[in-house]
Amino acid sequence: MYRYIVNRVLMMIPVIIGVTFLIFFMMDLAPGDATDVVAMEYSEEALQQLREDLHLDEPLLVRYFIYMKDLLRGDLGYSYMSQVHVWDLYVQRFPYTLVLAVSSVLLGVVLSIPLGILAAKKNGSLTDNACTVAAMFGLSVPNFWFGLLLILLFSKILGWFPSYGADEGWKSLVLPAITVGIDTMAALVRTTRSSMLDVLRADYLRTARAKGVDERVVINKHGLRNALIPIITVFGGQLGGAFGGAVITENVFTWPGLGQSLVAGIKARDTTLVCGFIIMFVIMISVTQLLVDLAYAFVDPRIKSQYASGKTKKRAQKGGVQA
Amino acid sequence: MSEITMNSNAREDSLVLDIRNLTIHYVMEDATVEAVNGIDIQLEKGKILGIVGETGAGKTSVCLSILNLIPDPPGVIKSGEIYINGKNILTASPKEMNRIRGKEVAMIFQDPMSSLNPVLTVGDQIAEAIKIHAHCSDHEAWDRAEKMLEMVGIPKERMAEYPHQFSGGMKQRVVIAIALSCSPALLLADEPTTALDVTIQAQILNMMERLKGQLNTSMLFVTHDLGIVAEICDEVAVMYAGRIIERGTLVDVFNHTKHPYTEGLFNSLPNIEDRKSELKPIPGLMPDPTKLPAGCAFAPRCPYARPECIDTPQTERSFSDTHRVMCSAYNDPSFKIEREEID
Amino acid sequence: MKKGNSAIDPAQVRRRSQLAEIWRNFRKNKGAMIGLILIIIIITIGATVSFWIDYDKIVAMNIRERLQPPSAEHWFGTDEMGRDLFWRVLYGTRYSIAVGFVAVMVSLAIGIPVGAVAGYFGGKIENLIMRGADIFAAVPGVLMAMVIVAILGANVFNLMLAIGIAAVPGFIRTTRAAVLTVKNEEYIEAIRALGKSEPYIIARHVLPNCLSPIIVRVTLRIAGAIISASSLSFLGLGIEAPLPEWGALLNGGNKFVMTHPYLTIFPGLAIMITVLAFNLVGDGLRDAMDPKLKR
Repeated sequence: MYRYIVNRVLMMIPVIIGVTFLIFFMMDLAPGDATDVVAMEYSEEALQQLREDLHLDEPLLVRYFIYMKDLLRGDLGYSYMSQVHVWDLYVQRFPYTLVLAVSSVLLGVVLSIPLGILAAKKNGSLTDNACTVAAMFGLSVPNFWFGLLLILLFSKILGWFPSYGADEGWKSLVLPAITVGIDTMAALVRTTRSSMLDVLRADYLRTARAKGVDERVVINKHGLRNALIPIITVFGGQLGGAFGGAVITENVFTWPGLGQSLVAGIKARDTTLVCGFIIMFVIMISVTQLLVDLAYAFVDPRIKSQYASGKTKKRAQKGGVQA
Repeated sequence: MSEITMNSNAREDSLVLDIRNLTIHYVMEDATVEAVNGIDIQLEKGKILGIVGETGAGKTSVCLSILNLIPDPPGVIKSGEIYINGKNILTASPKEMNRIRGKEVAMIFQDPMSSLNPVLTVGDQIAEAIKIHAHCSDHEAWDRAEKMLEMVGIPKERMAEYPHQFSGGMKQRVVIAIALSCSPALLLADEPTTALDVTIQAQILNMMERLKGQLNTSMLFVTHDLGIVAEICDEVAVMYAGRIIERGTLVDVFNHTKHPYTEGLFNSLPNIEDRKSELKPIPGLMPDPTKLPAGCAFAPRCPYARPECIDTPQTERSFSDTHRVMCSAYNDPSFKIEREEID
Repeated sequence: MKKGNSAIDPAQVRRRSQLAEIWRNFRKNKGAMIGLILIIIIITIGATVSFWIDYDKIVAMNIRERLQPPSAEHWFGTDEMGRDLFWRVLYGTRYSIAVGFVAVMVSLAIGIPVGAVAGYFGGKIENLIMRGADIFAAVPGVLMAMVIVAILGANVFNLMLAIGIAAVPGFIRTTRAAVLTVKNEEYIEAIRALGKSEPYIIARHVLPNCLSPIIVRVTLRIAGAIISASSLSFLGLGIEAPLPEWGALLNGGNKFVMTHPYLTIFPGLAIMITVLAFNLVGDGLRDAMDPKLKR
């Protein structure tokens, strides 16, 4: 198990190096450079000096190497748009995005899994149809528009929650979290329902019932743990989506997280900031993905024994195909 | 008169299982499958009843109904009563039913590969039943589960392993250990060896017989293998299209076969003594269970079928205290099937 | 006997009856049929709207009628420039449909050949391609699209390109997985024995048998692309006013959300209905094409 974790962490490294290089390279393709933001205010000599300080005259690979070296020391460069170090900005804003993404995903889990189970248990009923239709709408509604509708209803008409900012504690969090969470909720209801439907038909549930196990225990202990496996897969995919969704939603609610700065940075062509934030996003997502993969092992003993034998999921799949 | 009543009462008291006029239908959107059509089964303590029939004859539905586990929807129990040790389980509350399942009736399922929960250890799965019914501590349930596992011939060291670490035969042993863990009065075995290799089949059968001897459990043994029936059953019921068309003791059914379908089953068996003799398969297929005929369901395939067989419902007639057959041809006193003539 | 059967390319033998079977399954699905009808209507509007509505009418300002609520004359009301929102939303169908389709074309044009090569040839090429796709997919699609738009600049064409490129890894994976399952079938072996060239085999025999998962992915991706495009436009990183793209309309309406909510409600409704239609059809296709899912 520990070997697997170490293995997975090691496998993360090339991906992160690859992504950082990709983003670094792509931003390099953009016309102009990091000094554009201040080009109007600085003299020609000062700009030249700045370029040298930032190693902008060096070849791409050298600059990438310097960038990575700085990254390891927690230095993501200086954002001229915000007049602060990108790392400081990141540290200041990251908690907001994390709280938003995590609470939205938790909201999805807490609401959707019971709903999905209910829908599967009452397959074909009105409840089931209502859940299926609602999930379909949830999947099709654009996040930011849903957020605007929530503002209309809960801020303007009912006046329950603030429509912007993060000054009112949990009250400020409610609407943004629902907005980001709507995707997760919809996806999880659908997955829970269909995987629970499969599991409810499984022979081993019949075995459990035949033992005299209470129906509630049959579903929660015997059924749910098996149904969780595909649910975790979708959940893992949603985590990345939640960070992406947060970026957009933060702009609807002027939530002071990374997304707001990121969009401002993109508009202002602040390459240092954009590059730094995207790279941190990727690292964040990779780490959560790792946690999700580890969760498999706790749910499914078949995967656990695969891990224990030192095989990763991917390798096992590939081996299977080649054989 | 009073003596007869007394007798039948005494007999009823010793009945572990008493099914009366059971009818089970599966109601789908576009059709209704008439899986079980008014069957009666009586089983005494310590006896083994073999239920024989082709796939789709309704054998599994009968077993599941005894646990009140017919999947609903689409399954509906249209009529009938099922008594286990005198209690009607079809009117039992879910709570009462859970006390009966596993404790008084337990079931061994057909496919060992899929009937164990993949995410729980086999130890947990055996101990769970014990904990529910014996109301004991986790520790004691685990100890007793270990004993059960050893009883079915698996070392207790494997308690903490998961089903995927076991072979098919081993899994079926675990399923049997679960079923027997609370010493049920009645064991339903639904083709427990069909999914296994022949060598493993023999091991499992021997083990079940031995355990039955130790625990004095009654057993309903569902199979399509007449050889297994001859080996372990006391009584036999032959099912066809949801009806029991012939029943009796092993001797009644095997040596004094009356029903043309039962005869057909014996004729389809290879004969090791006379390998030149031709196998005589029963022509045709079982009728579509959504469109059962008004008369005898076997009539279209029956070599002895008479015009009245097609449209008149059959009734059961007794040939002895134990031997009963559902065949209209015997309305003609001179009727005999080939197998009987050979005898 | 069995060998002989499986050596025949099912895409050639069963093409017609398979389609009929899929259509029969699809038709039973009420949601999918509603989606299909909606898509037909939406595409018809999108394709023809420029012929029957004058673009000038869409962008011409009319300050005297600014910010009017919905009425018999202006069904969806008017915006801050006095432009009729109903006509603008209707005209916006063009952009959303175009972005949706073109973006998916871009993903297909890159994803299918690359995925097919990875799946068909395997080995080092496959490893290289798939690790590359992993790296690319590590950035959430919306963020990747944002970065690409940021680099290329915000306009309709770049938006399509960005959204299309961001979705490429998904298509590579789908195609590779489908090709992997097909390539070891015996009929491919039989065709190879006839001495046909590899690109010919991939194009003529392997890909046609991989179509089901790709078609499903295309349908669902069009829905995703429409959402991405409107999100980016809403943030001001895509199509900008006065072009009546739905996301851009929402961006304009956002300022008035508290006072004139209809400016927010109607364009969003248009996005949701369109996306819903594609999602319904995608779901319906998946169920209709996958015999295992029949319930």
